[in-house]
Amino acid sequence: MNTPLKTVMLLAGVSAIAACSKEPPEELPPPPVTTPAPTSAPTPTPTRSLAPQPGSQAHFEQAVGGSTVVYFDTDRFNVDSTDAAALQAQGQYFLQYPSLTFTIEGHADERGTREYNLALGERRANSAKNYLVSLGVAAERITTVSYGKERPIALASNESAWAQNRRAASIMVN
Amino acid sequence: MKSSLFAPAVYGLALLTGGWSAIAAAQDTDLGQPLGEGGEVLTTGTNASAQDEDEGGLTFTVTDESDWEDLGIAIPAFATDRDVPTPANAEGTAALGREIARVITANLRNNGLFEPTGPDALPNPAFGQITEPSWGSWSGRGAEMLVHGYVTVKGPNVVVGCYLYDVALKKELIREGYEAPPADWRRAAHKCSDLIYAQLTGESPFFDSRIAYIAETGPKDRRVKRLAVMDSDGANHRFLTLGSATALTPRYSPDYEKILYLSYVDGNPRIYVYDIGSGKQTLVTENRNPTLAPRWSPDGDYILYSMAVAGNTDIYRVPVTGGRAVRLTNTPGIDIGGSYSPDGKKIVFESDRSGSQQCYVMDADGTNQKRITFFGGRCATPEWSPRGDQIAFTRIAGDFNVAVMTPAGRNLKVLTSGWQDEAPTWAPNGRIIQFFRTARNSGRSGLWQVDLTGRNERRLPTPVDASDPAWGPIRD
Repeated sequence: MNTPLKTVMLLAGVSAIAACSKEPPEELPPPPVTTPAPTSAPTPTPTRSLAPQPGSQAHFEQAVGGSTVVYFDTDRFNVDSTDAAALQAQGQYFLQYPSLTFTIEGHADERGTREYNLALGERRANSAKNYLVSLGVAAERITTVSYGKERPIALASNESAWAQNRRAASIMVN
Repeated sequence: MKSSLFAPAVYGLALLTGGWSAIAAAQDTDLGQPLGEGGEVLTTGTNASAQDEDEGGLTFTVTDESDWEDLGIAIPAFATDRDVPTPANAEGTAALGREIARVITANLRNNGLFEPTGPDALPNPAFGQITEPSWGSWSGRGAEMLVHGYVTVKGPNVVVGCYLYDVALKKELIREGYEAPPADWRRAAHKCSDLIYAQLTGESPFFDSRIAYIAETGPKDRRVKRLAVMDSDGANHRFLTLGSATALTPRYSPDYEKILYLSYVDGNPRIYVYDIGSGKQTLVTENRNPTLAPRWSPDGDYILYSMAVAGNTDIYRVPVTGGRAVRLTNTPGIDIGGSYSPDGKKIVFESDRSGSQQCYVMDADGTNQKRITFFGGRCATPEWSPRGDQIAFTRIAGDFNVAVMTPAGRNLKVLTSGWQDEAPTWAPNGRIIQFFRTARNSGRSGLWQVDLTGRNERRLPTPVDASDPAWGPIRD
């Protein structure tokens, strides 16, 4: 079983910059581990409903790992090779589920002025969107919103935190 | 008798678009109760004594402006002819007179301008002494200047007289009187402060003005940001939004009737025109694109805003009454912000078209765009001084600091030295700059102000953390 390994990869994907998990899984991941294995369940336990469903953020994250978020250099909005790999993973997922719609949130680190950062976040969200569109994802499925420096994910004031905050995050629309 | 009427609140602004009732209801979900503005204040003659006040103004000029910071000013309690009840003060007009003297003392002291001594350390002059000071009792106190005043009631209003005397010369320098609704008694104190300040420095007044800003609470990753307003001294503080939607970057209209600001109330960053009288707001432009960085033209007839289309941000101008927006910039870079020269003919704005944020000046119609900053580092959030002679901006060179330069981009002067000082806004007279300072790591922020020498810097008290100050003009 590769369930424990999968869990580790997800955690790593959240904290580290999306370097891993370029490959989207071919099949749906198994349902989350439940406490004791159901040996002789009198009634069928609805385990399937506990698994993330397509269209949920959890399902998206399980499918692409840390690749739900792409990261940018200071004041930049170009898609580099790491970003491209992550967006390709996203693209495969969105092509596999063509009815899903989603939002790309653009963010900036705190070391920029407020208004400029709002514009920069919008630019980053559109960069990610344009790349997905180039992969064949319909533009109508993607909305963008910029939060500038208003919604940091890492709270310290240092290079490592700022690198994590310069991001474009794809969020499923429920 | 002078009688300039304070502009009364005029309601019923022209909306920018029609047929938005459903959206209008949704976009009002973050709004608090409308602000009940007090009303109007008259500038009147003074009549502490029964004499005719129309004596012709004595004029006197302070010749040595460099030393006026050390000028001692005695400001005893304003006297009253009869201590009568007033809605302006639960203890009556005598207590109100003391409170007015305290407000004036705080104004003059907190701005690093003079060395005032307030009513709590001084004897109380009698009503009759307001026009005939007891010189002997003041000359021994080391104060070169003496402020006297009185408070009376007239119908529902309070009347405040304000007199400035030169103690050594034993001469009246200037006087003025104000009639105000009880709720606006502080404005009379600010008008008197402005009279003293302008007389002694030769500069334009600034105390009778208001500030819009963003009040901040909560942890760094879930900051609650509310639109708030206050007087220039922090009094009459009000929250205008509830905090359910992030509010940013307010700007008072020149007539104080509206506030432009950015709100996420519909989930996206958009500029709204908030009407203070009605407590309602409308979108600046009927559009699905994000709109950012709102600014007024000096006459209040136009709104500058920035709009991102497919990720590319440019600057636009639209009449406040609605109508067609005109695009002023057209580059692949981020063009944002913008601040009109006082004559309305030019706009300074920021752009990263050269690769990093720099400041540019263009004609008001968008022509003749020229970069003005070439001194290393970056130039952001430029704001043209109300006097026209300076541009304040956020200088990014390692840290963020507030700096000024000429409109030609010369004579750079850095005024602050914090880790992150951002978004300068000018006092109405162009002599003092407010900004917000953010602390490293905690992300906590507060409002600060500094004068053009860079020497007099202080934090402004606010009920909670604060950012994005926007200083409005002097009130009529």
